[in-house]
Amino acid sequence: MAVAVSQRAFVQDAAGLSARCVPAAEHDLVVGGLIKQFGEATILDGVGLSVPRGQSVALIGSNGAGKSTMLRCCLRLIEPDAGEVSLLGEDIRALGATGLRRLRRRIGFVFQKHNLVPRASALTNVLHGAIARSRSPRLWHQVMASRQAREEAMACLEQVGLADFAERRADRLSGGQSQRIAIARTLMQRPDIVMADEPAASLDPVAAEEVMALLYSLMRKQGLTLIYTSHNLRHAIDYADRVVGLRGGRIAFDQATDGQDSASLEAVYG
Amino acid sequence: MADVTAAPARFERPSLLTFVLMVIVGAFVVVSFEGVGVSLDKALGGLPAMGRLVERMFPPDLSRLSSVGGALLETFQMAVVGTTLGVLASIPLAILASRRHSPATPVYLAVRALISFFRTVPDLVWALIFVVAVGLGPFAGTLAIMIDTIGFCGRFFAEAMEEVEEGPQEALSGLGAGKLAVVFCAVMPAALPSLVATSLFSLEKATRSSVVLGLVGAGGIGIELKVAMEMFSYGQACTIILAVFLLVLAVEQASAWLRKRIL
Repeated sequence: MAVAVSQRAFVQDAAGLSARCVPAAEHDLVVGGLIKQFGEATILDGVGLSVPRGQSVALIGSNGAGKSTMLRCCLRLIEPDAGEVSLLGEDIRALGATGLRRLRRRIGFVFQKHNLVPRASALTNVLHGAIARSRSPRLWHQVMASRQAREEAMACLEQVGLADFAERRADRLSGGQSQRIAIARTLMQRPDIVMADEPAASLDPVAAEEVMALLYSLMRKQGLTLIYTSHNLRHAIDYADRVVGLRGGRIAFDQATDGQDSASLEAVYG
Repeated sequence: MADVTAAPARFERPSLLTFVLMVIVGAFVVVSFEGVGVSLDKALGGLPAMGRLVERMFPPDLSRLSSVGGALLETFQMAVVGTTLGVLASIPLAILASRRHSPATPVYLAVRALISFFRTVPDLVWALIFVVAVGLGPFAGTLAIMIDTIGFCGRFFAEAMEEVEEGPQEALSGLGAGKLAVVFCAVMPAALPSLVATSLFSLEKATRSSVVLGLVGAGGIGIELKVAMEMFSYGQACTIILAVFLLVLAVEQASAWLRKRIL
């Protein structure tokens, strides 16, 4: 939460005007005029946002407001219909398949349902984080992985406190443990920016708090940009420097979290 | 209770088209009974002949037991090798025949068509073709079983791969993994129980098939059974039938046990 106030003010100004005015080099993510429709429904209606390096941003909004769609459009897991997305200085919409894969290597994405490979061990799942680094199939399974890769994966498991669970199959872990493994997989990726789509939504309150605190502290320790969506306003305030509210596919507000309370953010659900 | 909304009808009223189709199908079934000459009289009349045959089969003739044992082993080897080759060939074909993982629609359509062709031509016909191609003997039968297994496993492997949960695939794609890595890291492990179960069913099916393939000269115990029946050596035929029964039963039991352990 120790982001400079001046940087915050700059970003807020930028978001309020046009994302394209912001120098891309200082920002990990710059989105401008992003539009996405599913059939007749417009999910994103000209969204503009820029996120400076090292900032933690919470996206909030009711179901269908476009939070998850926006994150997925930024990574082109969903193709946007119009608009611009500059991620780590690259125009993501202009990238071909190879360029997109190369860029995705640098972006960690934590999903709501962790999306681990269920029958694979925790260690194999963490190793998958490095899969895009090499064309060799050695990272497909822990049995084939090099000693160096295995050690790095174990270090990632240590960081999330689950080194003792390396051999445990992913489908035999609790929800909180699974999400921690997903975070370890993201660490293994050595990302430059991390996005998380409701990372604590499917967890009980204690596990949810643990996962959010872990994610936030690891990102802070490495100075990484973190952008996450959440329905939990407490999480939005506690683990973000800035909160962006989406309503009807547009940005309803974009404020620093300092001095905010849950009640003041509830307006976005109105 | 006066204003309670009436419950919907117990059965949905069929559309006119559905009704006409049902009548046509029903009529065809009735005509088919007539066409194949189903006759209770004939069936009952055949019972004494069947009784006499069974009487001549017992006790089983064990004089050629070692020869029967050798043929049975060859039959099982045909099933094992044919299934193994078929399963191995089915994996890449199934990836290409899976809509989600195939590199291009024309490839998907072509491989699907090939697998359907392998499946729709009966294994006995494949055996006849391979007997002509590679000559009499177990190799022809093994190739026939391999092709039949590809037709069976190729389809079910592809369906199992298509049904796998999308989340892990999306996660791996999202972190920059290529298509092949996604298939082998996320799809194959999730589909594994289904692939193993299908392969074991395939082995059971192949064991039964390999008995029949011998009838057209494609190796195995089938030829022994044919000769025994044609020579009216019903005691020997009985021994062969019992041996086949024990083999198929053993394979089915082992396969069920393995499935239970893996699933």
